[in-house]
Amino acid sequence: MKILVTAKRVEDPESKIKVKADGSGIVQEGLKYKINPFDEIAVEEGLRLAAKHGGEVVVVSIGPKEVQEQLRHALAMGATKAVWVNHGGALDPMSAAGLLKAVLEREKPDLAILGKQSIDDDQNQTGQYLAEWLGWSQATFASKVESLESDAEKAKTPAIHIAADGKSAQVVREVDNGLTTLSVKLPAIVTSDLRLNLPRYASLPGIMKAKNKPIEELTPAALGVDASPQIQVVKLSAPPPRKAGVKVGDVQELFTKLKNEAKVI
Amino acid sequence: MAAVLQPTHPAAVPQGGGFLFQEAGGTRITTPETFTEEQRMLFRTGLQFCREQVLPQADAIEAKTPGLLRSLLARAGELGLLMVDVPERFGGLGGDKTTSLLLAEANGLMGSWSVTFAAHVGIGTLPIAWFGTEAQKAKWLPKLATGELVAAYALTEQGSGSDALGAKTKAVKSSDGKSWILNGSKLYITNAAFADVFVVFAKVDGEHFTGFVVERGTPGFTVGPEEHKMGIRGSSTCPLYLEDARIPVENLLGEIGKGHKIAFNILNLGRLKLGAAVLGGMKLQFASVLKFAADRKQFQTPVANFPLIREKLARMAGAIYAIETMTYRTTGLIDALLARQKAGADDEARTIAAFEEFAIEASIMKVMGSEALGVLVDDAVQIHGGAGYIQEYPVERAYRDARINRIFEGTNEINRMLVTGMVLKRAVKGTLPLFAQAETVARALAEKQLPGASGGDAVAGAAGDAEALKMAALYTLKVAAERFGTEIEKHQEVMAAVADVVMDAYAVDSMVTRTRQSASGLDPVKVAMTQAFAADAIARSSERARRALCASSEGEGLERQLAAIAPLFAFRAFDPAALRETVVRAAEEAGGYPLAIG
Repeated sequence: MKILVTAKRVEDPESKIKVKADGSGIVQEGLKYKINPFDEIAVEEGLRLAAKHGGEVVVVSIGPKEVQEQLRHALAMGATKAVWVNHGGALDPMSAAGLLKAVLEREKPDLAILGKQSIDDDQNQTGQYLAEWLGWSQATFASKVESLESDAEKAKTPAIHIAADGKSAQVVREVDNGLTTLSVKLPAIVTSDLRLNLPRYASLPGIMKAKNKPIEELTPAALGVDASPQIQVVKLSAPPPRKAGVKVGDVQELFTKLKNEAKVI
Repeated sequence: MAAVLQPTHPAAVPQGGGFLFQEAGGTRITTPETFTEEQRMLFRTGLQFCREQVLPQADAIEAKTPGLLRSLLARAGELGLLMVDVPERFGGLGGDKTTSLLLAEANGLMGSWSVTFAAHVGIGTLPIAWFGTEAQKAKWLPKLATGELVAAYALTEQGSGSDALGAKTKAVKSSDGKSWILNGSKLYITNAAFADVFVVFAKVDGEHFTGFVVERGTPGFTVGPEEHKMGIRGSSTCPLYLEDARIPVENLLGEIGKGHKIAFNILNLGRLKLGAAVLGGMKLQFASVLKFAADRKQFQTPVANFPLIREKLARMAGAIYAIETMTYRTTGLIDALLARQKAGADDEARTIAAFEEFAIEASIMKVMGSEALGVLVDDAVQIHGGAGYIQEYPVERAYRDARINRIFEGTNEINRMLVTGMVLKRAVKGTLPLFAQAETVARALAEKQLPGASGGDAVAGAAGDAEALKMAALYTLKVAAERFGTEIEKHQEVMAAVADVVMDAYAVDSMVTRTRQSASGLDPVKVAMTQAFAADAIARSSERARRALCASSEGEGLERQLAAIAPLFAFRAFDPAALRETVVRAAEEAGGYPLAIG
């Protein structure tokens, strides 16, 4: 089967993120970047499914030439080939979904796995738009029943179950009150949550092999997509610094404070 | 100054020790800014492994939990972290040496792990990779590259440490000619408790120093109990006993009587790698103490705000910049030398020769790296105050762990002798133009032709300092060599003092070159680290060069010589607080060493 996964380039959360003085964006100088952690989980799940069922994993990223680093990372993890949508402008969930839709229509995968959101602006919309516009089934927040310390995880068993006939998949999802299982028709859009798997490291042989794997370059124009964003960023500002907390001696004191001072219970 | 030190032709063959005779910045050097994408990715994988798999288990490692280090080696093997220096045809990566050093740095975050890792991939595996027969390589290398087998290296004995060739362990061929029978004992053998393959040195018939491979399970070969060490307590260090240990005749490594070639060539790489490994520890401890200093308040002020603490922090960052720049410059030179040659059947011989070419730099990295780490962890404990003395804080362990680095891979005393000794030997051989260049320097000094700030930019002062350090080293060495001739090696204080000046020259030269090399103009943080380091280097070298002259000369001659070099060490005025602030603010901004790789 053919599985398509995404690899968005995001700011490394270990870097210090600073808002520009005029609020037009963040200071990019000196920042480090990495693959969106939710996308890395998507790549991992794609690789496990491909290992179990046979087939290939295609990784897609949208952005300037630097996103090739994240594509190379996914290729080093084991993806078969990469598609780079060369796009320098701003992206919002709709423009990203529009471009991905065109890529999916070209690549025709059996399954597409996206990070549920990207840790830069945490919008959590692209997968949903994409499924809606393609008319595909969707299962968001894919997770797993077993813990991340389980033997199944250590054995890198995929958490998404593909039916024997290859026409449907069962996906465990995280919802507010626990886990629920959805059965979706393929092709489908799945978005990955944090507890779906523990992504593998890019191994040294993997990194060397990735050097020779193909990265296909596409542009919004070639895909026939108008990628101009629908959302306009007016101003960014850093959240106000948190006020210092107080230490309480015991539960009773906590209860009293919540009741009498915070007045929340 | 160009009249004294020559600009290098960009196409010149990279030459060990060549930096002493060239203008700073004459050639492009390999730096973290020039690493390839693959090198960065490999480094990230190594660092991620060490951070996520090794560091969280630090306490269990230090408690010598049985099987833990062995299982970590196996996991490292799965990721390919053990295969870089093994040739491709034996299941390795056959990677460049820069990558090999990057992985040494990445795995250097914790002393016990760093030593375990280095003993396996370096001194354990490389004797077989470099000196083994095709059959020996095929038998052991593929499994050493994956971590299925673990290697150890057994050179030291009770009576022979630095004097490696004084070994007492003896090898005799059996009467049927099918085996070697080894008798003797080895001491302080890293990885001994769980290694499978031991490279053991013994004297054939009690005379000819030779390498052998002894496998675990060999009858008559036993591993003794664990030593209880000051630091790197999690790593395994045991004695080995050989009592009529009988190994197949084909386990002889290299040639009879050529064991010293194995021992010394392996050390060339080991010393260079030590410089990289300490970098990992330095960067981690720096980030950690920076955070501690920001959190710890005294007099309602984070201690990080006090100038004396900031001075220490700035010096730490500068030391990291120095060691990092010198380490990767050196490995870049080795890679460049190897890249000029055609790959082929003699790959191993060429690799050995390339490391030998840069043996001076390797000894420099061993000494400077281990001492820079030592100073850094000492200051880190100091910044921690009382907490630094308590085991709960990782800096307590780092402090103990750092100490061994000045002892193993050749003591720093031995390596100082080697730095000066090798410069002299190459001068005598005619490969380094020491004597002619020293004459030029002497004339220049007599004519008061001195290195000034050169290059006209913000590191011009340091560039002048680099030239001054080289001139001082050459001049002092000339005076000492003329006085002592071939007896100079006996005058260890002179040899060591010159070595220190040579080392500082390499450091400042490398820092100036890297700082000037950036495409986007001079980075003020790099400039500040370079200028501050150079000022320290000038101050300490002034003392050392004069002491070396005092030990080599006397009377009027000495007066004249002291007067000749005095202007090289002129005091250069700048505001140290401004440099320190530039560096520490950048470090605070970055949450660690401000020039992170990757």
